[in-house]
Parts: sequence; C-alpha cells; structure tokens
Amino acid sequence: MNRSSFVYVTYIRTTPERLWEALTERQFIEQYWYGMRIETDWKKGSSWRLVFSDGRLGDAGEILESDPPRRMVIKWRNEWKPELHAEGFSRCTFELEPQGTAVKLTVTHSMERPDSKLIEAVSGGWPQILSNLKSLLETGQIVISR
Amino acid sequence: MSDTDLLFKALADPTRRKLLDSLYARDAQTLSDLCARLEMTRQAVTQHLAVLEAANLIATRKSGREKLHFLNPVPLQEIYERWISKFEKPRLRALHELKRQLEGNGDE
Repeated sequence: MNRSSFVYVTYIRTTPERLWEALTERQFIEQYWYGMRIETDWKKGSSWRLVFSDGRLGDAGEILESDPPRRMVIKWRNEWKPELHAEGFSRCTFELEPQGTAVKLTVTHSMERPDSKLIEAVSGGWPQILSNLKSLLETGQIVISR
Repeated sequence: MSDTDLLFKALADPTRRKLLDSLYARDAQTLSDLCARLEMTRQAVTQHLAVLEAANLIATRKSGREKLHFLNPVPLQEIYERWISKFEKPRLRALHELKRQLEGNGDE
C-alpha cells in the first residue's frame, strides 16, 4: 500500500435529502462538528474552508465533485500544522446510498502517500463526528459536545 | 436482530476480534491477506467477514479486481458513547467547573 486511507460507514435512519442538508448546512454542521464552521457554497470548483470557532483556519481546499444528494468529493489540506500542511492535499469523499429506511453514509479520506500524518490525525475525529451526526438526525440531540 | 445485538454478537467471537485486530494493524487488506495472516481457510474467513460486515464493523472497497477490507470504528464509538461517555460527563463537568473557579473568571 503506498497510499493512506480509511473508509468509515454509518447507517442513519433518515432520507438522503435530509442527510445532504445536515452535511452542508451551517447550523447543522456546527452542532455535530465541535462548533467548527465550513465556508463554501458546495458547488464544483468552489473553495472549501474549515474554520475553528475562534476564527482560525483549520483546513482548506476545493469542492471537486458535488452531486446532491448522492456524492461529494473535497480536496483537503491542513492549514495550521506545518508537518501536516507539508503533506499537501488529501481527498475526502462522501457517498450517500438509500438502504431501506436508512441511508448508508460512506466517508473515505485518502492521500497518495504512505503513513500520512494527516490521515492519521483526521481518522480519530471522524468516528465521533459521524456518531454525533447520526445521533443528531435520529434523535435531534448530539451525544458529545466540546 | 437489532444493530446492537449484531454488534455484540460479532464481537463475541475471538477469531472475529482477531480479524479486527489485523485490520487495525493494517488497513485495506484483501481476503487473501487476511487468510495468510490468520492461517485460516478462505471459507472460514469469508464467513466471519460476513458477520462483521452485517454488524458494520468492517467496510469494503473495490480496487480494480480486488476487494479491500477496512476496520470501521463508527459502531464502536456508539458503544463508547452509550456505555462510557455518559457516565464520564458529570466528572468532566466537575473538572471544568473546578478549572473555571481556580482560574477565577466567569467565562469559558
């Protein structure tokens, strides 16, 4: 394997449209993403920025693909830790597939290099974010907040 | 069977936990990789992988002609939240309150 990647999957009892909304609307995102903000219009080719609640820039990149409510691909680079920034761009893909009364959400984050520190860093955060997102959509509440 | 039942059933077997350990140590393995590492027959590994996949503990991706297996920790996170973090919350709140008082300011 000369690339680093992970694949996370969660089944959320909702519709693809509602899940897409939760992935792209600011009020939703702030609730399950530790108060972080995402600045983008989610159109192909647009810039994408992940901003900490105090205004510092966390990560930035570009929307590579946007096909609501099915698929989104983000070009993603860390902007605040020099050793992670130096690794360059990673690629994060969201896929939404209806399955019965639920939607299968698959998040794949990968980088074309072995042992990426960026991938290691983000892989710890995703399970909590996805678990919060599932809980928010299914019960209206999040489990963990920071 | 509920999602939680599937999850605990999947985790109850030592061979399946070994498969998860193997994927934790090295993600993106093919069926052959997993068989070789665990010295098990293809048929046995395939059956265990099906149980793990039903419990959403592994995710798979096609890469050319190969199927790659990944550890999916999201359901484990849900167990953590269900059984652990809610008990931790009062302690975390108490610590936060202590810090706030010791540092002597009323805001975060």
